Amino acid sequence: MSDSSDSTATPERYSPLHAQHVAAGASFTDFAGWQMPVRYSSDLAEHHAVRTAAGLFDLSHMAELVILGPEAADALDYALAGRISAVAIGQAKYSLLLGREGGIVDDLVAYRTGDDRFLIVANASNREVVAEQLRERCSLFDCQVFDESDDLALIAVQGPAAYEILSQVPGVDVPGLEELKYYWSTPGTFKPGGDQHEMLVARTGYTGEDGFELYVAPDVAPVLWDAILDTGEGSGLVPAGLASRDTLRLEAGMPLYGHELGLDTYPSQAGLGRVVNLKKEGDFVGRAAVEAGAPEGSRVLVGLIAEGKRAGRAGYEVYATSGPSAASLPELIKGHELGEGHELVEEPVGVVTSGALSPTLGYPIAMAYVDAASASDGARLFIDVRGTRVPASVVPLPFYKRETRS
Amino acid sequence: MSEPRDFKYTKEHEWVDAAGDIATVGITAYAADKLGDVVFVDLPTIGSTVVEGRVVGEIESTKSVGELFAPVDGIVLEINDAVVATPELVNTDPFGAGWLIKVTFTELPTLLSYDEYSALVGE
Repeated sequence: MSDSSDSTATPERYSPLHAQHVAAGASFTDFAGWQMPVRYSSDLAEHHAVRTAAGLFDLSHMAELVILGPEAADALDYALAGRISAVAIGQAKYSLLLGREGGIVDDLVAYRTGDDRFLIVANASNREVVAEQLRERCSLFDCQVFDESDDLALIAVQGPAAYEILSQVPGVDVPGLEELKYYWSTPGTFKPGGDQHEMLVARTGYTGEDGFELYVAPDVAPVLWDAILDTGEGSGLVPAGLASRDTLRLEAGMPLYGHELGLDTYPSQAGLGRVVNLKKEGDFVGRAAVEAGAPEGSRVLVGLIAEGKRAGRAGYEVYATSGPSAASLPELIKGHELGEGHELVEEPVGVVTSGALSPTLGYPIAMAYVDAASASDGARLFIDVRGTRVPASVVPLPFYKRETRS
Repeated sequence: MSEPRDFKYTKEHEWVDAAGDIATVGITAYAADKLGDVVFVDLPTIGSTVVEGRVVGEIESTKSVGELFAPVDGIVLEINDAVVATPELVNTDPFGAGWLIKVTFTELPTLLSYDEYSALVGE
């Protein structure tokens, strides 16, 4: 194990799978300093492949931290919002790293890989702050924090055909793969030739589909990537970039740090109140602030659907009316202020945090923070799409839910 | 039909195929690739007057929104209804079936040559 948190000196970072992406003709985007594939050919085709067959994602930019020691579970109960000590070996839990003021420092997944060992997977953009905060919070306990981000590659196979494909990859051996439950992980091996390599296989993902995430050593990742692609080709598996990952998670109503989550967001605003366990004994960072509740007048996260093809996008404002017109004037004066220069100004009731024309549903979808008064299901709102107010309705999240086998 | 090599280009990644007093306008393969899959195009009204450098339409992909600038002063003669119905034509054939508008003009401004544009995008 190595501690390598000072590795950000290089301005551009490359995944261990970079050569694979270049060979596949990927377009790249900068993501938290990493050059990652945004798409290989078509982000729509990649999106549909994940919904109908399977997609292969390189997520090696994600941050991985290992918490090791006799008091690791207690340390994480204090450091994170959930009751991590109650997580069984092999189980995973979605959790939040809160600030003292109750805001969200990062959202992450905690995997218990041993009695005294946890793997924390955090957003690439928050690697340093999460490592720093975990070190500080865990220093009160008998455990250590190791930043393993540079020693682990992450490959995700996502889609209804994910199990069928992964179970047939030559050299991959994961006992109990079929029965592995959602949000559980298990050790597996990959033996492409002579050497056998260990990996951690988790039934987790960020697409709204069934799927697996594979944690392996960086030098093994290219061989594993190629082997999965070869095996899945006949089943419709394609390599999928970050563009499709974003529309997939949006349809599945999953928040993205920097869009729906941030230091200025309380968990309850983001619909993540259930992730904060106020019943757990002892203090945890952010507890007092969360117990005090989000400030009066805080906006809440909602789903919005619209007609037509024009999508609301991050930063677009949301209004309660279709705009200042003669017909709506009296109503406007009633509910809104007169701006400077006596010009009639209607204050927005919210702002879009993510939005796209949903590839699966065919209509525009968006997540937005809106005033509580405008947040009820069915509420009629308007998204200001570059000067045009597009009618939209508040709907419960997620927008898309896969059919699960009973 | 003329080839991309014979077209003129703008720094906004549009191509102009001028024949007589009619300019056919589209976005380049480079621009289409940067945008990703185009899912919606908003084009100006036929007969409307356009001014060089002004925004006259939008090209929207799943990821982002690109603006369509008028590369010349003129009047919109025709818009590509096929692209409105099937926006992915912008990706599959940006220099052909994915054209966007035809504009009648009197004078062509200084535009980039194929080689100049290729140098601009580093290809």
